[in-house]
Amino acid sequence: MLAKLMSLFLLALVRVLTGAQARWYGCPPKAEQRIYFANHQSHADLVMIWAALPEELRSITRPIAAKDYWTKSAFKQWITTAVFNAIYVDRGKNWGQTPISQGTDVPLEAPDDGQANLESDPDFSDPLQPLIDALEHGDSLIIFPEGTRGNAEEPQPFKAGLYNLAQKFPQAVLVPAWIDNIQRVMPKGEVVPVPILCSVTFGAPIRLEAGEERRAFLDRARQAVIALREV
Amino acid sequence: MNQFLRGLSSTQQVGALFVIVFGILVVVSVTAFLFTFREQAGGHDEAWHAELKNFRKLLRTSWFMVVVFWMAWAAGDTAATVLFAVMAFFALREFITLSPTRRGDHRSLVLAFFVVLPIQFWLAATEHFDLFTVFIPVYVFLAIPVVSALAGDTQRFLERNAKLQWGIVVCIYGMSHVPALLLLDFRSYQGKGAFLVFFLVFVVQTCMLVQHIATRRLKRPPSAPQVSKSFNWSSWMLGMGAGSLAGGVLSFIPPFKPGQALAMAFVACAAGSMGHLVMKALKRDRGVTAWGQRGISVTGANGLLDRVDALCFAAPIFFHSARWYFGA
Repeated sequence: MLAKLMSLFLLALVRVLTGAQARWYGCPPKAEQRIYFANHQSHADLVMIWAALPEELRSITRPIAAKDYWTKSAFKQWITTAVFNAIYVDRGKNWGQTPISQGTDVPLEAPDDGQANLESDPDFSDPLQPLIDALEHGDSLIIFPEGTRGNAEEPQPFKAGLYNLAQKFPQAVLVPAWIDNIQRVMPKGEVVPVPILCSVTFGAPIRLEAGEERRAFLDRARQAVIALREV
Repeated sequence: MNQFLRGLSSTQQVGALFVIVFGILVVVSVTAFLFTFREQAGGHDEAWHAELKNFRKLLRTSWFMVVVFWMAWAAGDTAATVLFAVMAFFALREFITLSPTRRGDHRSLVLAFFVVLPIQFWLAATEHFDLFTVFIPVYVFLAIPVVSALAGDTQRFLERNAKLQWGIVVCIYGMSHVPALLLLDFRSYQGKGAFLVFFLVFVVQTCMLVQHIATRRLKRPPSAPQVSKSFNWSSWMLGMGAGSLAGGVLSFIPPFKPGQALAMAFVACAAGSMGHLVMKALKRDRGVTAWGQRGISVTGANGLLDRVDALCFAAPIFFHSARWYFGA
């Protein structure tokens, strides 16, 4: 009951401040299993994309929340679990892989090696495991493959989590999304948001082609997100 | 007719005006709607097609404005002030969205939206007209750059501040004069505020509508092609004439005499149409044709500034000239 009221309040707030406009360009809003992947500029991204989705999709779509930030206070924890139905991801765990850097030709570790090294660690748990559980459960996901918030114009190189998920769940539709302007609403370190119109643009779904390499796929996914900025 | 109208109470007079305006709008809208059938049957060309579509768009704006003002009038002074405060909020939101602000402007923006805007409308609602007049041009004018300077970001400092100041003056200061007009009491005519607002909106909208139609009909070369592809002096003069005449016709309700009504309407139309042109230049500078977000209207608040910009410029000038001339 309280969570319902909170979600109504948050929706009203986000709409008054940002308009929370959803622009469906490459695909219609549809209740199929999807993985939305978007650029990450602010903690409010989560709220923004949640508010932009239509009511029916909001209940079956679970956003990813950074564990260290969103469990800092009891209120933040309550809001992410009860209202957003979010999945916590431990950013410290580095998503199991090293980030893919663009332009450098450093030979990348094969994902299996990375896993093997980490698994020897007694505290190891695959950071993707909660996401895999949710997808097996049939939910859709919202992920931010940059891992951390970027300050630059262009999104940072994507981390491998998206690739791993796409490999494990080929039936899930991968939808790129561009969140526009949100970093102006509440820059890092500020408490009071200012009203500025924001939009979330959803693009045409991409697929992991047979035999496509990890890095090539992640770059393509990143380009798909960037391309939506100009739509 | 004139004697009969003058005999009514001011509430009845304004009510009668709304009935007349809604009647005109209904007739014009139905006619325009019926024309859409004719164009398919007859051999009308593309241009005629586009013209009608454009006209219907303008008609929708007129409907929107009239309904808003009717609601404001019917709901009473306090509700009207809140309504215009909300409109100022959304208009400023659109303005800021298209002005590139930097991280250092955050506190100034918070100040503009959550401090300046409520105070300005509170001053209007409580009829503190002396402070109301100078609050933004004097106090806020200084406060905003101070807050920006304290943020320590000097890059394009003047430009960023100028844009913010502009947004505040047009969206908050301009808009707040509409509810202020509602509350303005003339010495001998109590409760004429609603009529003044009606007068202002009616003449400005008439001027804009006639100017628009004249532009389409005359097809003169634009006088300022860099700014607006449609603005030219001859259709502007036609619009001004029509707006002023509409004001003169409305003189059957005091406080205005026919000559005064004509002059006041002229002032309001000049301010409104020129303000609209200025806003067009601003939009061109930002590389957009409309304030609505990339021309897509989904949220409902989009493009609000396109509809109210003429009013934002006309209201303060109308308010202050009325106050000065009539000593209200």
